[in-house]
Amino acid sequence: MSGANGGKDGALLTVEDLSVRFHTRTGIVDAVRNISFSVGREKVGIVGESGSGKTMTGRSVLRLIRPPGEITAKRMEFDGQDLLKLSEKQMRDIRGDRISMVMQDPKYSLNPVMTIGEQIAEAYRVHTGASSRDAKTRAVEMLAAVKIRDPERVLSLYPHEVSGGMGQRIMIAMMLIPDPDLMIADEPTSALDVTVQMQVLAIIDDLVTKRGMGLMFVSHDLNLVASFCDRVIIMYAGQIVETCKASELDQAQHPYTRGLLNSLPRLDREPGPLPVLERQESWKTEPGVDAYFK
Amino acid sequence: MPISSDAGPMPLISVTDLDVRFGSDDEIVHAVRGVSFNVAEGETFGLVGESGSGKSTVLRAMSGLNADWTGTIEIGGTRLGRVRGKPFYKRVQMVFQDPYGSLHPRHTVDRILSEPCQIHGMSDIDNRVREVLIAVGLGPTFRFRYPHQLSGGQRQRVAIARALILEPEILLLDEPTSALDVSVQAEILNLLQRLKQERGLTFVLVSHDLAVVAHMCDRLAVMNAGRIVEELTIAQLRASEPAEAYTRQLLKASLGYDRSAAAGMESFD
Repeated sequence: MSGANGGKDGALLTVEDLSVRFHTRTGIVDAVRNISFSVGREKVGIVGESGSGKTMTGRSVLRLIRPPGEITAKRMEFDGQDLLKLSEKQMRDIRGDRISMVMQDPKYSLNPVMTIGEQIAEAYRVHTGASSRDAKTRAVEMLAAVKIRDPERVLSLYPHEVSGGMGQRIMIAMMLIPDPDLMIADEPTSALDVTVQMQVLAIIDDLVTKRGMGLMFVSHDLNLVASFCDRVIIMYAGQIVETCKASELDQAQHPYTRGLLNSLPRLDREPGPLPVLERQESWKTEPGVDAYFK
Repeated sequence: MPISSDAGPMPLISVTDLDVRFGSDDEIVHAVRGVSFNVAEGETFGLVGESGSGKSTVLRAMSGLNADWTGTIEIGGTRLGRVRGKPFYKRVQMVFQDPYGSLHPRHTVDRILSEPCQIHGMSDIDNRVREVLIAVGLGPTFRFRYPHQLSGGQRQRVAIARALILEPEILLLDEPTSALDVSVQAEILNLLQRLKQERGLTFVLVSHDLAVVAHMCDRLAVMNAGRIVEELTIAQLRASEPAEAYTRQLLKASLGYDRSAAAGMESFD
């Protein structure tokens, strides 16, 4: 990662030579291979197709990869601390409190047998040790912050009683209570309708802008990332093949990025056969496009 | 409700006043409310909407998977009943969204493709299976594999092959590429377009993705809360000329993130 875009000075998270390996019966699977990047107080999109390693990259920052998975890196520095050198207990103080994570589907992330209010309050009390009365007040505030109408009523609902869009806003509210410095959002809006997606993204956008939070936005949706993020990292086969400004994604250089962009049907293009991506073996070994600026 | 179902002189598919209700007396979900549209032979007609709009329910009623509907559904001038027989399925086949869920996990590709032929008492099954596999871009090497040995795109090709092996006139496509990566989506969309041209098929495509619908279809109907909000041609959609506010908002949201547009989003429940 060059300092030109992210800015080493302002970087919240600096990752150098990160690899994620899985030791399986049939051999070693390299899910992420020697990637380096940094995230400042900005919106960084991590884009790729299934199996590209984008989710593993997000999870490895919080050390959420279970054995037989193994994370190695020269450096994974967050706010002056090397995350790989911290004890499990120190890591727990970071997770949720300083770095939080929003997953794709609220159906699986929320506890089905606890009310929304209990869950949000629990998240808050774990991190602050506040009284249950304070926790409830804060929960109401946070639900209002993510534009939920009538938050008092929503607190008493169970997850199955809310829609997908509302569930995802609740997840975001829960993650935001401790006021994290960095949020890792893994496909946070992929299960939502486009109009709801826009509203949820607007909430995240405002939080980044107003609170100066950093965001790692993991997604498969090129158009969305191009319009939403500040910077884009494109991953292929566990590597970063290209890094660019989101606004300049349409001028991407790498043939993989270009191939992905071309394979999208577009409203502003006349129909006809879509160009099909021809994958090159060399993409797995060649340096990525950003590496040219190093 | 505005309806303009003008698909030429003699539509191949005609749906009139379709109503679908789920549940019993005290808790009725009125999923589809008075939906009408026509599809001409050789046309691709899109049904677009957000989750819960009723678009898939319309398709399931057409395919005979849901018997609880009222109204009329006609194919080639013949009025369809609740229960469909073999002649119907010979003419109309369906491809589902999830290529992981729609293929029997313990049947080989060969068995998945042979079964519809056996049911319909067709001859020369061996040749048909071989030909249809070639037609969908899978070689003979795939014939004796199980679904778990295939990628998502390959499974969707098998699902398309299964639909095509009976040589139907109409394919009902329910979000056929929404579970696939974009590069694989491009391959499947190209395959569907080619097969349509080669075989003179008629498609009804359900999708939440306006770009996919614009790419594939000639006309589309936009659904919300069980009703058709508006019917328009792809040219009108591309020119950003929908008449209804709901469609304009859907179109805007499909074009990517825009902070100011997000602030103006309305609820059309």
